[in-house]
Amino acid sequence: MAENLNIEVSPISRVEGHGDLVIDVKNKKVEELIMRIPESPRFFEAMLVGRNWTEPSHITSRICGICSVAHTYASIKATEAALGVKPSEQTIKLRKLIFHHEIVQSNTLHVYFLAAPDFLGVGSVVPLAETHPEVVQIALRLKQTANEMVRIVGGRAVHPITTVVGGFTKIPTEKEMLQMKNMLKAAYPDMEKSLKVLKTLKMPQFERETEYISLTDKKDYALYDGDIKSSDGWTIDDQQYLTRINEKVVKHSTGKHCWASRDSFLVGALARFNNNYDKLTDNAKTYAAELGLKNPCYNTFMNNFAQFVEIINSIDDSIKLIDDMMESGLDENKAMVDINVKAGRGVGVVEAPRGLLIHDYTYDNEGRILKANLIIPTNMNYANVEMDMNAYLPQIIDKSEDEIRLAMEMLIRAYDPCISCSTHFLNIKLANK
Amino acid sequence: MSKPKVGVFGLTGCGGCQLEILNLEDQLLDLIAAIDIVHFTEAITEHSDNYDIALIEGSVATRHDVERLEHIGKVAKIIVAIGACSCIGGVNCLKNLYGLEKAKELVYGDKKGWIDAIETKPIDTYVKVDYHARGCPPTRTEIVDVIKSLIVGKVPEIPNYPVCIECKRLGNTCMYDLGKTCMGVVSRAGCGARCPSSKSGCEACRGFIDDPNVNAQKDLLAKYNLKIEDITGMFNLYNACKK
Repeated sequence: MAENLNIEVSPISRVEGHGDLVIDVKNKKVEELIMRIPESPRFFEAMLVGRNWTEPSHITSRICGICSVAHTYASIKATEAALGVKPSEQTIKLRKLIFHHEIVQSNTLHVYFLAAPDFLGVGSVVPLAETHPEVVQIALRLKQTANEMVRIVGGRAVHPITTVVGGFTKIPTEKEMLQMKNMLKAAYPDMEKSLKVLKTLKMPQFERETEYISLTDKKDYALYDGDIKSSDGWTIDDQQYLTRINEKVVKHSTGKHCWASRDSFLVGALARFNNNYDKLTDNAKTYAAELGLKNPCYNTFMNNFAQFVEIINSIDDSIKLIDDMMESGLDENKAMVDINVKAGRGVGVVEAPRGLLIHDYTYDNEGRILKANLIIPTNMNYANVEMDMNAYLPQIIDKSEDEIRLAMEMLIRAYDPCISCSTHFLNIKLANK
Repeated sequence: MSKPKVGVFGLTGCGGCQLEILNLEDQLLDLIAAIDIVHFTEAITEHSDNYDIALIEGSVATRHDVERLEHIGKVAKIIVAIGACSCIGGVNCLKNLYGLEKAKELVYGDKKGWIDAIETKPIDTYVKVDYHARGCPPTRTEIVDVIKSLIVGKVPEIPNYPVCIECKRLGNTCMYDLGKTCMGVVSRAGCGARCPSSKSGCEACRGFIDDPNVNAQKDLLAKYNLKIEDITGMFNLYNACKK
């Protein structure tokens, strides 16, 4: 067993944004084990003050390129709640469709490009392209499909254009709807092949039960909309998030961490899977069973598999949404509803690929933002990441320093952290730095 | 000819431009074959401090950014600014508009002293930029064009005419006729009029052309009974760093 260990990984690669891992073990005692975040603060809450109601979704989309659709919709829903705007059924369906494909795009990027290289024993997607060319090609095709879906509905794959308060500036044509359906159907053989590869990956054995928080809905596997549900037994209306979700400054670092019913909670694919398993499509449930992903699952590493299960779920549900819309026909007149500007406060909550995302805006009577509060999934997970690391390190302390470093990096990467998102109001500082 | 060594770096930004490189999909494997990517934190673990070309995303918003950028400037022979944040400062400049000290106070309260934040600037404030791939994010075609040009040693062409020209060519109805506002008259083209083609006004994410026809913009506003204040928000959304 290592008596003393001093590991600093700076920066942690294959995560979005800049984070460092610091491990300090003296005489077999963990002195320090934290994720340090030197990523630049962005000040989005300040940037939003005074902006017209038409602009926040375009501004906050720029919090993160990977989850720009999620930020766009958390923002639009907050503004719509504040102004009392009710979009059409058609708009909601199109929103759900585009939303699925950010999840597919982001989960694919993470499972295949960012996480898989660890399990297949290579440093990144570049050598992976040589050792497992078929895996890389499948991932590229899946990503291309998902990006093309976002482009067709949103006008652009990163930072969508057509998605606005009240509806869409432009809706897809019937031909484009068919094109999307065909692309999605073509993805099934690739999913089957991927399943075969993923089944061979050995996830580390590690379990730590925690509180799992996600959106939930009576009909859907909730992504775009729903109430907020905790595995600790409560469900609240999304407008009431402040009654349960808190932020605090912790002793060992001065970073804001989030807590609800206990010291930490987990958001993201695994939380969604645990809370909403019964709403998954049959295909998705079969995939989960094939991968040994059982409900509930307390192994954070399995988040990688939960993300993969969500890909097939989103493909299935997208085809259903497209069929629904094609049956009723898309109507230009239902693309936008009228908007009357008024003062008010509204909260928009969605499931970003990495978990619960909350935008909370207060508008004046001219439709300009007085106050904005944004709570980001990666922030919600930081406390849980550190508690997982503290629980996992003693289990692997006998391994070599290199193995420990890799194992801890893999644990952090399993959360698919999105650091650019989280740092606009996160502050972490070390006592000894 | 040996493959050029390329580093991809992110300063303060959303990672969207790096993502667009990963989104090249069908061209990504060809790209990896043509260039040697030696640094790309978002995508690969291997990293090296030996590169000829630096593709830089993000604006300069912390002292740490300044140090990194100055270091990259010493190593790289060619610097390419990728995206609005890097080229013109982008949305990050809204922080300057609000006021740096006020922003620190609002977001971090009494802990504001811990925060490393400076006025946001585009990267050419600190280093000489050889080429730009503009936009928020740049189109994938443009990213590939810039990289291809660099491989063959040619200067990538970036249009210096307004978005209106591309938009008219596509036969789009003018945004003002749809009751919307648009910055297309003075904004730099090259995006294929992406936003107006989606029936959304241009927000000038590629910056302005070198010699914008300000009178044409004024005439347009007068024609539709609009005031300059009606487009101020659009004007400064990406361009608040412009002096």
